[in-house]
Amino acid sequence: MTTTAASTGLRAEQDKGRKTAQNREKWASVRTYISAAVILIWCLAPAYWMVVTAFREVGFTYDTTPWPTHVTLDNFITAFDTSFGNRFGQALLNSIIIGVTVTVISLIIGVFAAYALARLNFRFKYLVLGFILGASMFPGVALITPLFQLFTNIGWMGTYQALIIPNISFVLPLTVYTLTSFFREMPWELEESARVDGCTQGQAFRKVIMPLAAPAIFTTAILAFISSWNEFLIASQLSNEATKPVTVAIASFAGAQPNQIPYTAIMAAGTIVTIPLVILVLVFQRKIVAGLTAGAVK
Amino acid sequence: MATELGPTPVKPASGTPEVHHGPKGVGEDNRILSQGKWASWLLAPTIVALGVVIVYPIISAIVMSFQKDAGLDPVTGLFTAGGPAGIQNYVNWLGQQCAAPGGGTVACPPGTLGGQFWTATGTTFLFTVITVAFETVLGFWMAMIMARTFKGRGLVRAAVLVPWAIPTAVTAQLWLFMFDFNGIINKLFNASILWTGSEWPAKWAVIIADTWKTTPFMALLILAGLQMIPAEVYEASKVDGASAWQRFRLITLPLVKPALMVAILFRTLDALRMFDLPYILTGGANNTTTLSILVINQIRQGFNSAAALSTITFLIIFLVAFIFVRFLGANVVEQSGATGKGKK
Repeated sequence: MTTTAASTGLRAEQDKGRKTAQNREKWASVRTYISAAVILIWCLAPAYWMVVTAFREVGFTYDTTPWPTHVTLDNFITAFDTSFGNRFGQALLNSIIIGVTVTVISLIIGVFAAYALARLNFRFKYLVLGFILGASMFPGVALITPLFQLFTNIGWMGTYQALIIPNISFVLPLTVYTLTSFFREMPWELEESARVDGCTQGQAFRKVIMPLAAPAIFTTAILAFISSWNEFLIASQLSNEATKPVTVAIASFAGAQPNQIPYTAIMAAGTIVTIPLVILVLVFQRKIVAGLTAGAVK
Repeated sequence: MATELGPTPVKPASGTPEVHHGPKGVGEDNRILSQGKWASWLLAPTIVALGVVIVYPIISAIVMSFQKDAGLDPVTGLFTAGGPAGIQNYVNWLGQQCAAPGGGTVACPPGTLGGQFWTATGTTFLFTVITVAFETVLGFWMAMIMARTFKGRGLVRAAVLVPWAIPTAVTAQLWLFMFDFNGIINKLFNASILWTGSEWPAKWAVIIADTWKTTPFMALLILAGLQMIPAEVYEASKVDGASAWQRFRLITLPLVKPALMVAILFRTLDALRMFDLPYILTGGANNTTTLSILVINQIRQGFNSAAALSTITFLIIFLVAFIFVRFLGANVVEQSGATGKGKK
């Protein structure tokens, strides 16, 4: 690095006194805090606005006072009210049923595949990894048409299984590659020593590795559940009034007046749907970030 | 750590472990063979499941796409039977042709689904290029800030997860509300724009909402890449007198590039299949119909034609992924795959 720019930079650096360096440091720190504040506002302001609106009286929907005014809990009652044809309570239940089933199935199947990919040497390993990664990036819209026809023909339209099975197509690959990268980080020497002590490979897996892997599996379960919970495209086409999940319910929320979107009730419903996720994510922040970025960096 | 396992010393991983089913004096080949058998059993459920939920529908869609849609002829009112269609469905979409009365095809009249293929493709790519560009620049900036050490860094890292955790359907409704004529955004900027009422405001509404929702994901991926760069490299370059810009251009950028390329690839493929946000925010009106929305609108008008369109969409996405991996060096499998021989 002996470019002229670098050497003049160096000379300039030496010329400057200590005080300027300190000043610059101080400025850099101030700039960091300003930037951090901008990021905080950018990320949190819309979510904050949702919560503020959720607690605002219907008559003051468009009130733009930045802090809570005309506070009420009515919107939450309206959100669960079924008299306008909304079945938000049922939709919440449906989302939980679908999310839990998809998560459990994907984990049970995926944990074995992830173990093999992280731990064993075999031919076509990269092919399998590539296939699974490709599957996770697969456009849901390419699946919907044949599934729509198939489920219509066999009378599965609007059933839970018609909503659960397509979700596995993107939750399972996510599960496998997140678990694979977690598994790679684990202290596998313990498995070796268990095997030296006379365990079979299967026993070593169950008795030594599974307990160690529990945090990784738990984090993956959260990620799997969130992605199933957030799914909209497939559910919007294959569900019916009785089985539709919250995302579909919120997208088509009806109000008392047909021409008026019931924003405050929607924001209340959105708050209910989001708050548990946000709490979960904030509590397990470190693990979640590790799991999210697992696919992109080693 | 290994207290439960007794005092047995840990066997070095480089040594050949005992293989139970193999003969005595097992060589490396046998080891791989026996592991291969294990691996195929462990992988079988996943492969079968993905075969059922992904491979079967793809093949089924391709088969369907070469069939004619049965139904009533919109013009004559007569029932037309299905049957093999050859590549007619594809020709119709790509050439924006619709069935004409008495056989043959004519250019689709404006407003019909058949006439929207190229505008939908254009819109999809427009959204993809602009949102991914914004997200990359903003995400990079956020990641650089979050990589610094300062009080409250944990708070910022937690806050960026909030937009990511909110379901897209909720995000769409939230931005629809904020973009309302009487909403906070018009109020904040003292504007009176009908955001979802005309073409460019509607497009910007989708772009802004998508950027808000997905920049955090990008920032976290880039941050993970930044954290892999050893601090000594920066120290050394500082000693050598490199300026901040030089450090960014000559150290940060090249070293973060593998992670950055993967992040951009992930986001690009995700943006190309964008559906929820424009579907709820604008309903696809004012030229915000993406390819995914077009497929969904077509389904109820004819499965086979929809299957052809979804296959085209899939091929476009596949092609983009191929270009990324082949020419732009986004090595996804290497990045996320096994580290290979150097493993502990």
